[in-house]
Amino acid sequence: MTTNELPKSPLLDATGVAKNYGAVAALRNASLSVLPGEVHALMGANGAGKSTLVKILTGAIRADAGRILIRGQQLDVRSPAAARRAGLLPVYQEPALIPDLDVLSNLRLTGTPVEPFRAWVRELGIPDLDIRETARHIPLAILRVLDLARALAVEPDVLLLDEMTAALPANLAEKVLEVVRRQGDAGRSVIFISHRFVEISALCDRATVLRDGSTVGVVDIEPGIEERIVEMMLGTRIEKTRVAARATGDIAAAGGSRPRLSVRNLQLGTKLNDVSFDLADGEVVGVFALEGQGQDELFAALAGSIRPTGGTIDVDGTPVKFSHPSDAIQAGIAYVPGDRTEALAMQRSVRENIALPFSAALRKWGPIRMRREQVVVSSAIARLQIDTRAQGEVQRLSGGNQQKVTIARWIAANARTILCFDPTRGIDVGTKQEIYKLLRELASQDKSVLFYTSEMEEVQRVCDRVIVIFGGRVVDTFPVELADEPALMRAAYGLPRGARADVGILADVRPASDAEAAS
Amino acid sequence: MSRFFRNQGWVAGLFALLIFLFIVTKLIQPGYGSGDFGSLARAVLPYAFAVAAQTVVVIAGGIDLSVAAMMALTSVTAASMMNGASEEYALFVVPFVLAMGLVLGALNGILIVVTRVPDIVVTLATLFVLQGAALLVLGAPGGAAAEWLKAMITGTVPIPGLPDAIDAWLPKALLVLIVCLCIIWIPLRRSRLGLSLYAIGSSELAAFRSGVPVARTRVIAYALSGLFAAMGGLALTMSTGIGAPIPGPYLLASVAAVVLGGVALGGGKGGLLGPIIAVFVLRLVRTDLTLLAIDPNVTAIIEGAIMVAVVMFGAFITMRSRPAGATP
Repeated sequence: MTTNELPKSPLLDATGVAKNYGAVAALRNASLSVLPGEVHALMGANGAGKSTLVKILTGAIRADAGRILIRGQQLDVRSPAAARRAGLLPVYQEPALIPDLDVLSNLRLTGTPVEPFRAWVRELGIPDLDIRETARHIPLAILRVLDLARALAVEPDVLLLDEMTAALPANLAEKVLEVVRRQGDAGRSVIFISHRFVEISALCDRATVLRDGSTVGVVDIEPGIEERIVEMMLGTRIEKTRVAARATGDIAAAGGSRPRLSVRNLQLGTKLNDVSFDLADGEVVGVFALEGQGQDELFAALAGSIRPTGGTIDVDGTPVKFSHPSDAIQAGIAYVPGDRTEALAMQRSVRENIALPFSAALRKWGPIRMRREQVVVSSAIARLQIDTRAQGEVQRLSGGNQQKVTIARWIAANARTILCFDPTRGIDVGTKQEIYKLLRELASQDKSVLFYTSEMEEVQRVCDRVIVIFGGRVVDTFPVELADEPALMRAAYGLPRGARADVGILADVRPASDAEAAS
Repeated sequence: MSRFFRNQGWVAGLFALLIFLFIVTKLIQPGYGSGDFGSLARAVLPYAFAVAAQTVVVIAGGIDLSVAAMMALTSVTAASMMNGASEEYALFVVPFVLAMGLVLGALNGILIVVTRVPDIVVTLATLFVLQGAALLVLGAPGGAAAEWLKAMITGTVPIPGLPDAIDAWLPKALLVLIVCLCIIWIPLRRSRLGLSLYAIGSSELAAFRSGVPVARTRVIAYALSGLFAAMGGLALTMSTGIGAPIPGPYLLASVAAVVLGGVALGGGKGGLLGPIIAVFVLRLVRTDLTLLAIDPNVTAIIEGAIMVAVVMFGAFITMRSRPAGATP
């Protein structure tokens, strides 16, 4: 405020920020200081208060206490519009374009200049965007990139990116990271929230770590800092969460006899083509694919929410035709979607949500046996260590705890096969570990798990085998020992192991453009 | 081209249905002519304004149950003010009544925004309040309307150079409707305010995050609804020459036309043209059924059946045109 030592004075300086929701303190004493031109990571476990801090900084909610300085001036950011005027622009996890308006109208709504927007869209790796397209008809991954382009187009002083690369296919994510890096070089600041250490160490200059609503440390990003950050984020929980991974993997292969789930030549419009694989009891099978290769449809078909146009699904050797999700549930197949809001009754309690599948089973008429329900639910909550401070309404839980509830309900319902679709999307490191451990545990109890993931490292942590889908076809099936990241990536771009020697294919196929044409 | 059909297909389809109905009418009643069309336009006028009032609010993601009561109140207010007053006095009455609608509508919006009581509850409450107020203003149908006001919607528009045969098909009531709606709707549609209306109806959270002043936009939506309803009230007084304190069947008719007009009740989708055409369709169906001398009670059943059939057909078409494997 006084001298002109620009590089040192923070662009954004928040101290002592606190926010309570009733009795629950979402933020106690958070602080965040961002220098001009730096990419600053904001980190913390689920429920640490990251999202709350972001919402306060961007005017979506108001803090109960604390001081926020922007360029040394105290500013009262009362609304997103005010934050925008102050040069603070967020890109949230959920797309912010109005679904029923076309892209151009969305730009006009926020007063975003069109030409810079177009330039950024091209820069971010989408060469052929039709800006008269209605936002509703644009795929999620592209929407997120458009959100980013819209923010970049107004050249904000501070850009806030919340899990920007989650749910982005690798090629787009790469472009995004590149652009973010250059923002920093151009003297603008970026606050970067991510659960992927790789990105943070490649991108960020410093990191602020939150735990339980308070800032517990600010560190410079340098090689080897990950351990310390994890330590800070998790506090004392660290020892317990790092042993998870696979130990029971080799037992699974012993099954041998009749597969639990057997899919043959599954066909679904243009989305799935001749998909075949088996899933044995006690096995975790990974599914890896780039965005939009048919994995959504595969899971929907197995969960009974879309009817396949061809092929067969056998459960325990008996052919089945699911015409409703309840059929799949009857057969012991449960679906855990990546988007929690698809699975949970957000306004109802944790208990009701967990009890729903087994208490609402249509075949059992008569009153719900409350005592038994209570016992089953409590044991499921205890087993998954769900934080039940805000259990009255599921929507008040953090994302990780919500995901635990969606899994807990199927454990309580005793489902034999669980279809997990990207269950760790946007979840912190600690809870991720717990979920990996849980999936292994389920397998060791002879249950089977089909596990789609968008993060390659998860494959090796959790799965026994992995199938890779590209353009609606299974291009390859790996035992986990062979599923290292380069091999998975090649397969995900449509190059199975066998094609390795064939230089002709390698030279011909332009994987990225192919992937887009297929989707 | 395909996008044009996706966005305007519904309106085009409705328009085709309307033309078809005119042909049917001509077949049933070969004598159907310009005079009958004029009276159709006059009959449609209050309905059309009620529909416009409802449409604005529904697009913004709300619903207004007080539309018909608002029309009744503004109608009796206008009629009792003009009763025994000079012709010139009506020049003051018209803007006064319109302003009254605007303010009462805004009040609806403010109540919803401030108290956070659901819109359906708030407007139900205002329905009763306005109904009572209308009865206080005028205990029984009565009052009067200025002659020039009544003349505004009777007869046809004389356009020099046009042969009478075409002229006769341009009733003044239709012109009044088009002018009134266009004056408000077209600038609105082109402004950021209009976009904001669609935005809050489509996704309130996304709108809020895009910097749209959600509360203010909602109040404006209800204010505009009140304004359109006041126009409807005036139209009632103009066409009957008196004011009636008991609300007509305009509330449910307005919701029906909104649905038939391709405006999603969830908000964010559709325009004003569709519901207006839908009003003509619904009125014309009624005319046809009357001409066929069908029992009025059966008429209501048929009207309901047509509505369900059309909306289902529309949904079916939309589903078919979507690529396979999209969200079920």
